[in-house]
Amino acid sequence: MTANAAYPRRWKRPPQLVTTRRWRLTLPLLVVAYLVLALGSLEIDAGRVVEGLSRGARFIQGFLQPDFVSRWQDIRQGLIESLTMTLTATVVGVLISVPIGIGAARNLSPRPVYLVCRSIVAVSRSLQEIIIAIFLVAMFGFGPFAGFLTLAFASIGFVAKLLADDIEEASASQIEAIRATGASGLQLIHYAIQPQVMPRLIGLSLYRLDINFRESAVIGIVGAGGIGATLNTAIDRYEYDSAGAILLLVIAIVMLSEYGSSYLRKTLQ
Amino acid sequence: MLTLNQLTKVYSVGDPALRDVTFRVPRGQVVGLIGPSGAGKSTLIRCINRLVEPSSGAIYLDETDLTCLGSRELRRARRRIGMIFQEYALVERLTVMENVLSGRLGYVPFWRSFTRRFPGHDIENAYRLLDRVGLLAHADKRADALSGGQRQRVGIARALAQEPELLLVDEPTASLDPKTSRQIMRLITEICAERQLPAIVNIHDVPLAQQFVDRLVGLRAGQMVFDDTPDRLDETMLSEIYGAEDWTAMDQEDDEPESSSDAQISLRLPGAAT
Repeated sequence: MTANAAYPRRWKRPPQLVTTRRWRLTLPLLVVAYLVLALGSLEIDAGRVVEGLSRGARFIQGFLQPDFVSRWQDIRQGLIESLTMTLTATVVGVLISVPIGIGAARNLSPRPVYLVCRSIVAVSRSLQEIIIAIFLVAMFGFGPFAGFLTLAFASIGFVAKLLADDIEEASASQIEAIRATGASGLQLIHYAIQPQVMPRLIGLSLYRLDINFRESAVIGIVGAGGIGATLNTAIDRYEYDSAGAILLLVIAIVMLSEYGSSYLRKTLQ
Repeated sequence: MLTLNQLTKVYSVGDPALRDVTFRVPRGQVVGLIGPSGAGKSTLIRCINRLVEPSSGAIYLDETDLTCLGSRELRRARRRIGMIFQEYALVERLTVMENVLSGRLGYVPFWRSFTRRFPGHDIENAYRLLDRVGLLAHADKRADALSGGQRQRVGIARALAQEPELLLVDEPTASLDPKTSRQIMRLITEICAERQLPAIVNIHDVPLAQQFVDRLVGLRAGQMVFDDTPDRLDETMLSEIYGAEDWTAMDQEDDEPESSSDAQISLRLPGAAT
């Protein structure tokens, strides 16, 4: 420290992202220009907006007077299909995810196993449910079987990835301690890893159950059975009151399972 | 008996962590391993049960050379070596009993450990050990419900459940208060004396080490610079191990409160142990 040095009294945070002054001015201009051009290419047509809004009003009218009765047989059938496919797909998906998740954890698995499992996860995660459903419907035909396969496949990517990440964050000292007792690989997983990740795995499975039910309504639209198929039929027949009833039921079931699963997760911690 | 012969460890980056470390620990002797952070104390201990792979040199536990075992023999060797960890390293969501029984994992087949059907004598022995460390009443509590000192006792019981022929102890008192630290060190040294176990205790608290161990080994930058009884460790040697520093304050601190607090500890120990 020097005795009489004059320290500046002003300080400004140095620019972090773009350091040259010229680019700091031109970049925002370029972004605005792109936005204007892009909006111009969308062909926004006031007539279509008005027409669409009036159609929307008809939907809402239908939804406000939901009709559970006249199509109840179809709705019931669809709901049962959806729930069956959700539950079976979640169970099967989680069962397959566990070994893949363990394989995809860098702190446990040798490099080749790790890479194979991570690629399975990557493939499953990169394909959106609808795309998988379109493929599987084309392969196995319409109906809930294709839906079951779709949801199980999508569950694997989700659960295995998050499980693997959780295993990688597991306490290294606990793993070391069990390893030091002379435990075998399976014993290591069962005594050091499983207690650490079990609450998370249960939470993930319950969460995936929610997601799968919601997805089952969507993939039904492309022919994979369930309540989505019923919804699609109702809309195609302009039966907005039945469609409204279906939507209300879906919302109710999703909310119920959401509350149920968050309650369970809390008690399991 | 444990023999280290020219043990060397070089990590892929940086300086060698251990250089030609050679010493021998006879039965029943407790060796304190001291040295500054990064001197290789942890690496040395972990090379012995090969949680860290040594680069060269040999480690003999009785007649077995631990450095050249296949994975199956390594697991058999590991179960003969009990390890006590810094910050306890208990599996927190398991019960105290499960943590102690996990010391038997190397001895039982997978299905027994999976179904928690450990052999009767293992369970009996686990209860005996919990009684020995004063935690019999806590057997069915979850490990994370215990205090630091209690957790470390569970760690000790887990290591002893292995019926080890050697104890490796890594900073056993790192996050414990001075009184609990002394209780834990006393427990470890007593148990080693009872069972004639050789032990290596990696410890950063020099006065505490001097009070409890039979012999001190000093490491600096991976090399042994001291190997003698604790009373031979003087200021010159401390400076040799840790670098120059004024050590006089430590000696005073070492002498005074200890003699008085020691009396208190031995008075309270029976009560604290249950």
